[in-house]
Amino acid sequence: MNFRLRIWRQSDPASAGKLVDYEARDISPDTSFLEMLDIVNDELTERGETPIAFDSDCREGICGTCALTINGQAHGPRHPSAACQIYMRQFRDRETITIEPFRAKSFPLVCDLVTDRSALDRIVQAGGFIGARAGSAPEANSIPVAKHHADLAMEAAACIGCGACAAACPNASAMLFTAAKVSHLAFLPQGGPERTSRVLKMVRQMDAEGFGNCANTYECEAVCPAEISASFIAKLNREYAMASFRASSGE
Amino acid sequence: MIGTLDTRIPPGPLEQKWRNHKNNSRLVAPNNRRKFEIIVVGSGLAGGSAAATLGELGYNVKCFCYQDSARRAHSIAAQGGINAAKNYQNDGDSVFRLFYDTIKGGDFRSREANVYRLAEVSNLIIDQCVEQGVPFAREYSGLLANRSFGGAQVSRTFYARGQTGQQLLLGAYQALSRQITAGRVAMFPQTEMLDLVLVDGHAKGIITRDLCSGVIRSFAGDAVILATGGYGNVFFLSTNARGCNVTATYRAYKRGALFGNPCFTQIHPTCIPVTGQHQSKLTLMSESLRNDGRVWVPKRMEDCPKSPNEIPEPDRDYYLERKYPSFGNLAPRDIASRAAKEVCDEGRGVGPSGRGVYLDFADAIARLGEEMIRERYENLFDIYEKITAENAYTVPMRIYPAVHYTMGGLWVDYNLMSNVPGLHVIGEANFSDHGANRLGASALMQGLADGYFILPYTLPNYLAGQIGKRPSTDHPEFKRVESEVRARVQRMLDVNGNRTLTSFHRELGLLLWDKCGMARNAAGLGEALGKIPELREEFWRNVRVPGEGETYNQSLERAGRVADFLEFAELMCVDALERDESCGGHFREEHQTRDGEAQRDDENFATVFAWEFQGNGKIERPKLHREPLHFESVQLSQRSYK
Repeated sequence: MNFRLRIWRQSDPASAGKLVDYEARDISPDTSFLEMLDIVNDELTERGETPIAFDSDCREGICGTCALTINGQAHGPRHPSAACQIYMRQFRDRETITIEPFRAKSFPLVCDLVTDRSALDRIVQAGGFIGARAGSAPEANSIPVAKHHADLAMEAAACIGCGACAAACPNASAMLFTAAKVSHLAFLPQGGPERTSRVLKMVRQMDAEGFGNCANTYECEAVCPAEISASFIAKLNREYAMASFRASSGE
Repeated sequence: MIGTLDTRIPPGPLEQKWRNHKNNSRLVAPNNRRKFEIIVVGSGLAGGSAAATLGELGYNVKCFCYQDSARRAHSIAAQGGINAAKNYQNDGDSVFRLFYDTIKGGDFRSREANVYRLAEVSNLIIDQCVEQGVPFAREYSGLLANRSFGGAQVSRTFYARGQTGQQLLLGAYQALSRQITAGRVAMFPQTEMLDLVLVDGHAKGIITRDLCSGVIRSFAGDAVILATGGYGNVFFLSTNARGCNVTATYRAYKRGALFGNPCFTQIHPTCIPVTGQHQSKLTLMSESLRNDGRVWVPKRMEDCPKSPNEIPEPDRDYYLERKYPSFGNLAPRDIASRAAKEVCDEGRGVGPSGRGVYLDFADAIARLGEEMIRERYENLFDIYEKITAENAYTVPMRIYPAVHYTMGGLWVDYNLMSNVPGLHVIGEANFSDHGANRLGASALMQGLADGYFILPYTLPNYLAGQIGKRPSTDHPEFKRVESEVRARVQRMLDVNGNRTLTSFHRELGLLLWDKCGMARNAAGLGEALGKIPELREEFWRNVRVPGEGETYNQSLERAGRVADFLEFAELMCVDALERDESCGGHFREEHQTRDGEAQRDDENFATVFAWEFQGNGKIERPKLHREPLHFESVQLSQRSYK
């Protein structure tokens, strides 16, 4: 297969970026999208040009490193998938494909298609944990957890932290990301003691990072490679409202 | 230079060694802990849990990872589960049985004392992870669920769907995040360790490159912990993440740390087969699938091109069930991998390349219903469908072995310290617990055991004598090593030749897969040892690394890793040649039983091979040190899974 690529090139945050045209020739349909970019990069290297910078690591959809906007969609056309799980057989021969970085104010650009998503780490650092020191835990089966709650916690915990939710949102909101972590820990009895302070701190950090509010367009859910449900945002709002009441009444 | 290896295995009966050792270990008082700077390289299960726990204890920790976030370490990709000897299933499990299965699974090439300790602390890990909020699978009672895994006859594996590694890593990452906020851990993402600094023979710092700015700088510490994972990517194609590399451990080796059993690599039986030259990595299908899937190939070669559903039952060869009736499809990984290679070598492999076998769920779906299979494995079936565009609920999966894990690693003593004082090595990066073959669901167990429950107790044995001995980065040794690192980076950029990194890496990988993969022999290894130096020489003459040093430069990152693989590959082949026996994943064709199983030679090779780097500037044959393995509690036997 052959493709015409329009790829965002920007050597550093200070310089201006632009879309540049490339060709990808003789690509097998079983090639993954990132492998197609590998091939283009090897050709660029052989020609003495600078290869295109893009992030990836596990290449099986779990590490959350890859972050491409393909034809205007975060992670590309086939949901639910991370960009690394897209295959060229999902495109038409001779199709023009536009590739851009994740775009959100809170994800500053590093180089070409690479952005800095450390804002998400800082949201977790603000309170997205249970403060259980190693060595202090009770016996694992001493606190039963209803299967239904354990399953819901797992659904929320499946978030891979890629940031596609914020990249897809018209408000660049990271509420799906934050909601997933808040919900995961709120569904478990172990998360109970820090439940109130956790949600307040995480939401405060999310705002401080410059992420917008939920725009109710469900774009986040539509692009999420881990299929995190937008209903967790409703859960986040409930958790936040309850926590605010508790905090304001001095609890 | 190095005398006999002191393993520091404590005296006493096996089940009392760890307790005695803890009682006799030194302590660092809380008010002194903050005087120490601990460098942790790697933020996976081992590094992340160690950095968090040392932070909780009050040490000052600096944690480095090449990924853009600590949460992206490759532990995240582990699917199947984590073992523990809880015996929640009432099926006769115990610490001793977990110990025995692990040491037998490793084909009696690991240390009794280390493996027993691992089994002992396994239960604490489950307690800790549950308390952190890891959403393990549960039964309707609300209590924890288990499943069985290859190489065991009890159900002791805890799991979180097919994403157990992800959930355990997020637990460690969250604990780490808490310590970052508390100011006890300083996190350095996108920072790669390029060398180790020794001062007066002690590991006292590292040289790093900031992958965003390209700036090279020095960090000093009182101790250095390497938790940098395995080196499976030396084979080019593996199930490892693209960035996994040998650089940190190999650089430490070049500074005097011994490398243990480098040829012990695990080829995992259930991966999606290779489809073509474009491929950049292989994808694992969790071993847990073998609980319900049946492995088969056609009995006759001429049936191979047919659609699997057209091949009637009597014409199928369920070769694992035939050869290993008592373990069947749950035979350990090395055995299942070799059996797949054998049937494909006979010409009975399936799929376009002829290198594949079926993993068939039709019986399980008929017995349990599609709904149940979906509940157990849905995400794995989805991954398979994304990659192959085939629906495994209706057509059997095609699988083939692929490089997955490396049992070899830097040599460590019972304290998890290498022969270089101060340099500790944990998780996959060390050699200690899995012998010649790792059992499923024990990598996660080892990484977390080392980080949460072993290193925090053993590290003070070194630190207690080191108060006030941390050098400054102005020390001439830092300046010297830093300038060597800069020179090497510049040399790579200056070659400006005609070949891409990919072409060198791929050529090396194919050579190793062929000569030092699932089957090895003296002639093939000799051939590889001839070719590797030639390829390395060409690399330094003809590689093209575009761009500059002090910028964001992904080609330069990869170049350093490939350059180290080109040296390390030679060490692997030297080790594989020297180990003139078969054991576990190391199958020397010259040494097999009549029915083609690995034939160990306990008299000559019940020993760890620990290699010392030789050569000043150039690479010479490394010097071999042997650590004899003493078995007091288990009887060495021919492994039988029949």
